[in-house]
Amino acid sequence: MITFLFQETLLFSIPLIIVALGGMFSERSGVINIALEGIMIMGAFTSILFINIFQTRIHGQLLLLIAMLIAIGTGALFSLFHAYASINMKADQTISGTALNLFAPAFAIYTARMIQQVQQITFINQFRIVKVPLLGDIPILGEFLFQNVYITTYIGMAILVIAAFVLYRTRFGLRLRACGEHPQAADSAGINVVKMRYAGVLISGALAGLGGLVFIIPITTNFDGSVAGYGFLALAVLIFGQWKPKRILFAAFFFGFMKTISATYSGIPLLFNLGIPTVVYKMTPFIATLVVLTFTSKNSAAPRAAGEPYDAGKR
Amino acid sequence: MSKNTEKVKTSFLKAFFQGKGFQSFSASSIAILIGFVFGFIILVASNPFNATEGFMTILTGGLIYSGYIGIGQMLYLATPIILTGLSIGFAFKTGLFNIGSSGQFIVGAFAAVYIGLKWTFLPVEILWIVALIGAAVAGGLWALIPGFLKAYRNVNEVIASIMMNYIGMYLVNYLVVQTIFDSKKNQSMTPLLASIPKAGLDKIFTGSSVNFGIIIAIAMAVVIYIILQKTTFGYELKACGFNRSAAQYAGINDKMGIMLSMVIAGALSGLGGGLLYLAGSGKHIEVVDVLAAEGFSGISVALLGLSNPIGIIFSGLFIAYITMGGFYMQLSKYVPEIISIMTAVIIYLSAFSLVFKDRVAGFIKKRMEGKKV
Repeated sequence: MITFLFQETLLFSIPLIIVALGGMFSERSGVINIALEGIMIMGAFTSILFINIFQTRIHGQLLLLIAMLIAIGTGALFSLFHAYASINMKADQTISGTALNLFAPAFAIYTARMIQQVQQITFINQFRIVKVPLLGDIPILGEFLFQNVYITTYIGMAILVIAAFVLYRTRFGLRLRACGEHPQAADSAGINVVKMRYAGVLISGALAGLGGLVFIIPITTNFDGSVAGYGFLALAVLIFGQWKPKRILFAAFFFGFMKTISATYSGIPLLFNLGIPTVVYKMTPFIATLVVLTFTSKNSAAPRAAGEPYDAGKR
Repeated sequence: MSKNTEKVKTSFLKAFFQGKGFQSFSASSIAILIGFVFGFIILVASNPFNATEGFMTILTGGLIYSGYIGIGQMLYLATPIILTGLSIGFAFKTGLFNIGSSGQFIVGAFAAVYIGLKWTFLPVEILWIVALIGAAVAGGLWALIPGFLKAYRNVNEVIASIMMNYIGMYLVNYLVVQTIFDSKKNQSMTPLLASIPKAGLDKIFTGSSVNFGIIIAIAMAVVIYIILQKTTFGYELKACGFNRSAAQYAGINDKMGIMLSMVIAGALSGLGGGLLYLAGSGKHIEVVDVLAAEGFSGISVALLGLSNPIGIIFSGLFIAYITMGGFYMQLSKYVPEIISIMTAVIIYLSAFSLVFKDRVAGFIKKRMEGKKV
């Protein structure tokens, strides 16, 4: 039972981690990205369409890996629109993001229905790894982490480690953070703010696109032009995690756990007997985020320049 | 014509073309134009044979198929999104982005339907009015939470409202199941007694779902216009949005201002929810985990109407009109989502409106000066 709960939590948490980390790169560079939801949808759409078409010719993990690359590419490409609007055109970043969020599901449904009449794109789930050789035999740990898993889980974990490293241990990360805190100072130190912000938004797009695919694969076998609000949930994770990789990990696990309980609690006698309605578990992540915001926003850890178009004339 | 009158005429023209209103209007028009061109390209790309026919359906709003009923349906469809558009536009004017319209809308809808079903001890003549007031109050209270958090705890209202959207959706689904559930259809029961009167509109647009709600929507737009443009209260709210510290310095209670702005915005969205679900058109609150779309359409409506309450009436009608067109486009084997795609493009471009406006202004100025020489 515990293994099952843990694995479910993992499946719900991994996409949250990936997408929230994406959002982190964008916001840390100074661009608010509420388009995460839309970018997830675009990434999931193209990659699952790819799987749908090629699943009889390419098989197993190779198919999934190519699909992941497609999701990454789509997400990055789509996020370029947000980058152009908010960096070059100095547009309102929330409005541009809203436009992307509106565009993505409509585009996914339109295209799917034009190609194949129905809006659901189905695929065969051939990606579950029953047991990783050797590692799966380790007692307890093997059962938790190396049985009934998806390769995406490990990739998500790798992304977390790499993201933390890039943000805190590389020159690029330092510069990116500088652009989100005080772009004028960064500029005067010779950093190209426009370039760094483009990098931030593109990374967020790539990760959000990937997150879309990673979210869809384990939970269903048809994509319906929606990621069920996961992009917004990832935004909540990002804030709950105070724009820091390690805390994002905990936030994502907390949200994933709540999601798992709300999805499975009727099958767990202990929780079922508590008599707490499902709605409580469903609402908890959002309420928790509000509570955290209430107590942290006065001295928020949010990047200081997030949401502001860069104006070199302003000191 | 004497020289003098000509001079007056040109200066009037100049003032008109260089005026802010015209520039904003032309910026929106350019955005809409490009949006339509983009839509046409997609139609051609996806099915070149029916593209012209399909595009004409969008342009005519499907009225060639439906005539008077179509106009009535357009007014019916426009009613809730004018309200959510007003809600978001009003918040914009006071410096807030009310992305939480969706949550306020559904909470208002629940309050209206609940009152319509359970408070039947009230006389039928006033039941729908009480239900609508309930909707506005519920929406207002729902928006008070992010308003309070913004005013006292400096919480970003966009994020707080997104959270409130989901909390509202789950809560309403739960409450519908607990109190007013039609378990066979997985939706709320019908508040027949509280249906909004037709006010004779059904005689003009026979067969459509239009009702007195559209009159309420337009009246609300006028009220909001007056509040924003003609009252000290509205001026103070705008001042809080424009520069909170300056407003505070001028003796305006900025915290109160922010909270009131959110409450009014929320009340408008809530009222929109009430108007839709009491329309007696067979619309029910469905128990599904999906946010109310009207709250997001409202963003389009507000942006297209440039947050001007009167502009919002027209942009609401416009969005309803092309939505109708999208519906009838299925006759030409197209998918109605094309409308959302076009709207998204239009919104995306209107996010550039500042740049657009400057370009248009520069262009007109050049032409005017060119003429003089």
